[in-house]
Amino acid sequence: MTIDKGISEEPRRPAGASPIEFRLDPASGVPTYLQLVHQVEHALRLGYLKPGDQLPKVRDVVAALAINPNTVLKAYKDLETKGLAAGRPGQGTFVQAALSQVALPELAGLRKGLLGWLTDAGAAGLDEDGVVALFTSVLRDFYKGRGGSAGRGVASGGTEGVA
Amino acid sequence: MNVIESAGLGKRYHSTWALRECSVAIPAGHVAALVGPNGAGKTTLLNLAAGLTAPSAGGVTVLGGRPAGSPAALDGIAFVAQDMPMYKNLSARDMLHLTRNLNRRFDQRYAETRLGELGIPLKRKAGKLSGGQQAQLALTLALARRPRLLVLDEPMAMLDPIARHDFMASVMTAMVADGVSVVLSSHVLAELERVADYLILMSRGRVQLAGDVDDLLASHRMLTGPAAEADRYAQRLSVVHARGGETQAHLLVRTTTADGTVAPGWEAHPVGLEELALAYLREPAAAALPGPERRRNTSRTEVSR
Repeated sequence: MTIDKGISEEPRRPAGASPIEFRLDPASGVPTYLQLVHQVEHALRLGYLKPGDQLPKVRDVVAALAINPNTVLKAYKDLETKGLAAGRPGQGTFVQAALSQVALPELAGLRKGLLGWLTDAGAAGLDEDGVVALFTSVLRDFYKGRGGSAGRGVASGGTEGVA
Repeated sequence: MNVIESAGLGKRYHSTWALRECSVAIPAGHVAALVGPNGAGKTTLLNLAAGLTAPSAGGVTVLGGRPAGSPAALDGIAFVAQDMPMYKNLSARDMLHLTRNLNRRFDQRYAETRLGELGIPLKRKAGKLSGGQQAQLALTLALARRPRLLVLDEPMAMLDPIARHDFMASVMTAMVADGVSVVLSSHVLAELERVADYLILMSRGRVQLAGDVDDLLASHRMLTGPAAEADRYAQRLSVVHARGGETQAHLLVRTTTADGTVAPGWEAHPVGLEELALAYLREPAAAALPGPERRRNTSRTEVSR
């Protein structure tokens, strides 16, 4: 982290280019705008995107994926509402904040707890699909009860579960 | 502003009504999809809006109240017909020349640049171009008129998957670059799911359902539960389409409440655009359900002001 915002800090990308590109999974059943939101969040978690980076321009996304520009705008608006991105007039949308990361020791503890639970589930006779079904259902109910942040909850659960 | 607005619009061919009592208000800034089986009246509605044919009943205006077919309407609207008619023996350059001379406004430089970017040789005869290139040429001729509203009748019917993708990408890019509103028709639902954000469902010459896609999806749910309770439960709901087996039933319902509370033993799932459209198209009688009507909403806000 340097105070000097020298040109040498800039990655070698043409002006206006984003470090990431979106893809769509037509079979996922997840609404298109949410897929875009999830991909930005995912890229933030894995370090592909960092604060100050530009998100793909609406025009480029639309040309590459043949989707409605309003869908891209909706995704970017959602990211702005979450405080993750901010629009700059005439330039585009830029990453505003990093996603809050859980500290590593805590993550290891959570992982251990989950492993213990999985062992219990296996002993009770649940197979992998059964575990996924149960977990997804409980996860949805849990976040629904807390007031509707289910989308992000599911996304982060998926990412960290793999990690 | 509404790009197409009709009231009591009807078109009769001899004794058959191709379109009846059609009242729609399609807002600007959207990709509006006209969906329905063959013979539902999609092309008739588009032809009426483009001013290619006169109504037998009611009226239709475009782009904020310009009567369909009037010079003011024609200046702002570009129409690409179903079979993308082209003079097969004319070159792409001749097609540009022809279109420029038939229209009050035509951006020659835009058209040439666009064809250059697409790698379509100006010397090539239209008949010798591939299906995808012919579609792109037709789209270029339409966009070079710098319309505010682009109307596409079954634009992708004859295109292979890559040409479809490229064609749609071109249309969507024009939307970003020039702020064009788009109204298109199709009987292939799957290809509209990523594109359309306003839906008009047509069946047997009537509009069955119309509204913002997000609003429509938010106001419908698929309820799954025991078949034994389905009939009793359904009486309390507005069911669009019901199906199921001996023990389990699926009810596609229109919900009036925002929260997803359902009877014990039942599960509510969100629906996709295709699932929603198919449910309505399988139940032509579900036509009477009122869609979210823009004009009614607008007048209400005007009164409250």
